[in-house]
Amino acid sequence: MALIEARDITKIYRIGDIKVNALSNVSLTIEKGEFVAVMGPSGSGKSTFMNILGCLDKPTDGKYFLENIDISDLERDELAGIRNKKIGFVFQGYNLLPRTSAIENVELPMLYDGVPARERRQKAMDALKSVGLEGREDHNPNQLSGGQQQRVAIARALVNNAPLILADEPTGNLDTKTSVEIMELFVKLNTTSNMTVILVTHENDIAAFSRRVIKFIDGRIISDEKRKTV
Amino acid sequence: MINIPSTLRIAFRALKVNKMRSALTMLGIIIGVGAVIAMLAVGTGASKRIAEQISSIGSNLIMILPGATTSGGVRMGSGTQPTLTMGDAEAIQKECSAVSNIAPILSGVAQIVYGHQNWSTGVVGTTPGMLTVRDWPVASGRSFTDQDVKSATKVCLLGQSVVDNLFGDMDPIGQAVRIKKIPFTVIGVLSTKGQSPQGQDQDDTILVPVTTAQKKLFGTTFPGMVRIIMVKAKSTEDLSSAERQINELLRQRHRIGPKQDNDFTVRNLTSIMQTAEQSTKVMTILLGAIASVSLLVGGIGIMNIMLVSVTERTREIGIRMAIGAKTWDIRLQFIIEALILSLIGGVAGIVIGVSGSEAISFFAGWTTIVSPLSVFLAFGFSGLVGIFFGFYPAYKASLLDPIDALRYE
Repeated sequence: MALIEARDITKIYRIGDIKVNALSNVSLTIEKGEFVAVMGPSGSGKSTFMNILGCLDKPTDGKYFLENIDISDLERDELAGIRNKKIGFVFQGYNLLPRTSAIENVELPMLYDGVPARERRQKAMDALKSVGLEGREDHNPNQLSGGQQQRVAIARALVNNAPLILADEPTGNLDTKTSVEIMELFVKLNTTSNMTVILVTHENDIAAFSRRVIKFIDGRIISDEKRKTV
Repeated sequence: MINIPSTLRIAFRALKVNKMRSALTMLGIIIGVGAVIAMLAVGTGASKRIAEQISSIGSNLIMILPGATTSGGVRMGSGTQPTLTMGDAEAIQKECSAVSNIAPILSGVAQIVYGHQNWSTGVVGTTPGMLTVRDWPVASGRSFTDQDVKSATKVCLLGQSVVDNLFGDMDPIGQAVRIKKIPFTVIGVLSTKGQSPQGQDQDDTILVPVTTAQKKLFGTTFPGMVRIIMVKAKSTEDLSSAERQINELLRQRHRIGPKQDNDFTVRNLTSIMQTAEQSTKVMTILLGAIASVSLLVGGIGIMNIMLVSVTERTREIGIRMAIGAKTWDIRLQFIIEALILSLIGGVAGIVIGVSGSEAISFFAGWTTIVSPLSVFLAFGFSGLVGIFFGFYPAYKASLLDPIDALRYE
């Protein structure tokens, strides 16, 4: 069973009277444990596709199955539940809650999953440890460097044991050295914990860490190539 | 699944970040709750005072006064004609079914002497019924009896103020005082009654048997005449029927034809006082209602700030939604924030309201009573205001689109 199965996904935005086809008949299968880079110029539809994969948006047409659940049929709150349990998000701008300590940021997904406080704290500590942020748990985001903030965001993404991690240009705000460290962390999570990682990037250097590269242009997939890791 | 302790913590943190703003928002509620409590305290205090005065003159009380005389075209005013007699009083007691007790009164001012002390006060000739009619028990000693009235014995009951003036700390019971130079034996002391609604000292009085007053003190050419008859109706509901029965009976006894005016006046004191009490209650409600308007305005202040807060935190809402917050998680977060603002404001308002009413009674000398109900009401109302005015911002927040919210700068 594939982790992700997208069939003929079409997304049409209406801006006034103009229809914009953000995605046209995109079909794709991603197996559990893959490390996929999604590339393409801006306006190519890759962000729209990621939003649909992340259950933040629904396709206008077509079907999307995540672990065999038909996402296209679900209500707003059901989608929230899916995002909570099955998807971990990592954003370009980190998107941590300001004025909230690292550990509390990591605890957030479990808060909405009703995990008891003690267990929540323990799991959040473990997650922070696994991204190498031991001892920083009480720092607020503004007391952490960009790379550290992104590590907190990764810890938050993996704390609920979600099978899928979606990273939207996770290294976009980071320098080269930190970018490599963050990418190595993704590779480690992918290889040691068998997590499925899908990341969006412009940069070939970053895409090089993945084992499969999908390229979007004008709302269509124009290439999909698998390769060995570097 | 909603986690209340964490939601509370999140809400407290959000409020702490904007301390000044939270404090100012609360101020609206503080003033509202404080005003409601203080205003209700003033109103309740006024009602209580009036209720006390009603009970001090005696409950379910009717007064019968003689009519006015006309001498040479000059009408002399109510009570100048000696038309009421002991016979009238006894007839009322016997024949009016709605009446429980009567007290005929023949009073006057006289000088009282004890030893080398003297004091001038109102001497009231009456019957033992007086103590029942006015709800006025003796504090020590005994009351005079019907036998005392029948045989016109020279005994008296002293009001507390008279005791203070003539005897100081001494026990007056069994002592002889002279009223208009006639010796009387003190057989009892009346309990303290305080001020009348008109501000008179009701304890500055002496009660003697009405017959003794007629024969020895204030004798007139009309034997058996009394100045006033006080009547106690059986219950508040019986007041108006007692009034009617008395009117009928006295018209008949005084042989007043259908077209003639009464030669007496019947006054229902209790109903007059009750009207006053009613109007104070209306005033209390009015004051409370005006004060609630400020509570409402405070609530609108909360809504205003919460709307600003939702806009400011759009991105945070987006993050929470992406991570799995459901509609009600977001709504509750903001409702709880509004609720905390209004409840803390409510508690502070109670403190302000209670100390405010203390200050009013201290500086203005008014009786103020903070009833637990008004505190409970004001607090509950402030909670409702929080939920009510917090709901719309919370609702707005929960409808945000997570993608747009995440992109919000």
